[in-house]
Amino acid sequence: MKARQKRLIFILLGLVALGLAAWLVFNALGSNMSYFYSPTEVVQKKAPQDHLFRLGGMVVKGSVQRGQELTVRFAVTDTANVVDVEYTGILPDLFEEGQGVIAQGKLGKNGVFVASEVLAKHDENYMPPEVADALQKAGQKTSGETK
Amino acid sequence: MSSNRFNWFRFSSPATFYPLAGRLVPWFSAIAIILIVIGLYMSFFVAPTDYKQGEGYRIIFVHVPASWMSMFIYLVMAFWAIIGLVFNTRVSGMMVQSLAPTGALFTFLALWTGAFWGKPMWGTWWVWDARLTSELILFFLYIGYIALHSSIDDKRRADRASAILVLVGVVNIPIIYYSVKWWNTLHQGASVSVKSGSSMASIMLITMLIMALGFWFYSIAVALARVRSIILERERDANWVSELPEIKR
Repeated sequence: MKARQKRLIFILLGLVALGLAAWLVFNALGSNMSYFYSPTEVVQKKAPQDHLFRLGGMVVKGSVQRGQELTVRFAVTDTANVVDVEYTGILPDLFEEGQGVIAQGKLGKNGVFVASEVLAKHDENYMPPEVADALQKAGQKTSGETK
Repeated sequence: MSSNRFNWFRFSSPATFYPLAGRLVPWFSAIAIILIVIGLYMSFFVAPTDYKQGEGYRIIFVHVPASWMSMFIYLVMAFWAIIGLVFNTRVSGMMVQSLAPTGALFTFLALWTGAFWGKPMWGTWWVWDARLTSELILFFLYIGYIALHSSIDDKRRADRASAILVLVGVVNIPIIYYSVKWWNTLHQGASVSVKSGSSMASIMLITMLIMALGFWFYSIAVALARVRSIILERERDANWVSELPEIKR
């Protein structure tokens, strides 16, 4: 075997080992790498009960209630479970019923998630409004599912 | 290697690669300028408004090609790093060195345009989700490579040491690419992928691909122009350099 073939094999083995190490690390970290918890995880009490975390999902259609001043109440769902959210502040432009959101806050005693920050999550679909209208007329859902 | 086959190793010598790069640079520059001008025109005037994000989504035409380039240039650097370590060719190390600033530029551009896009759409400049954080780490890898390479005076040793850094960092590329699949992130999934095609209107997709192609040609042109300077700098004591018409005078 020539020296350069040895070096190539050495490098490739190194890369494989490195990939394996990275895979093990991320496996161990598991869902801790995720940016938010889903409503199902909150209902199953997998989300932290006593400190800040983020909740992600879709705003339930028809659930947005604008109260006095800036407090807004809405419900977030991942289609399996629903969590009620309360937020005082300015919502991002893309915030809409049926649209993805990520809220940061704490779970209150009554099960209502009190958010201190709300971010809009949009999907990867881009199209002109006419196409979106046509799709909606055809009965297809255009606004995104949140993973 | 048999002699009747085209011998690629001919160009692993700086003396033969220098004039080749010089002949290629104007062509790649010209194509890059044409593609980017067409791409920008289409970005602003031809591509339609988005149904949800309105005009603000147009930043995608810079953001996505820049992000692609930031990852792709790193892979090309890793390729040259392996070639350099295995075959001990001098030009390989110089190619890695010449690509790094362009890669860092595109990574910065991806992060910067992403922040500008995130503020109006998500409501925040920056979040520490898996996609954004891994892209930031890529930026640090580029900066780390440049810093390590320039801190070692013997450039051949610098090539080898920093090639290892480049190869260690290459695990980050699949992490960036798949981060939106593997974990819950604020960043949305890929609009364009080999497996599932595209979820964009076709005119938007074409515009984005023209911009991406333009960035490709720009990167090649700039990397070749830069590698010429690196060759001159590192080979300044070589005979062939002193006999170049532009040096001799």
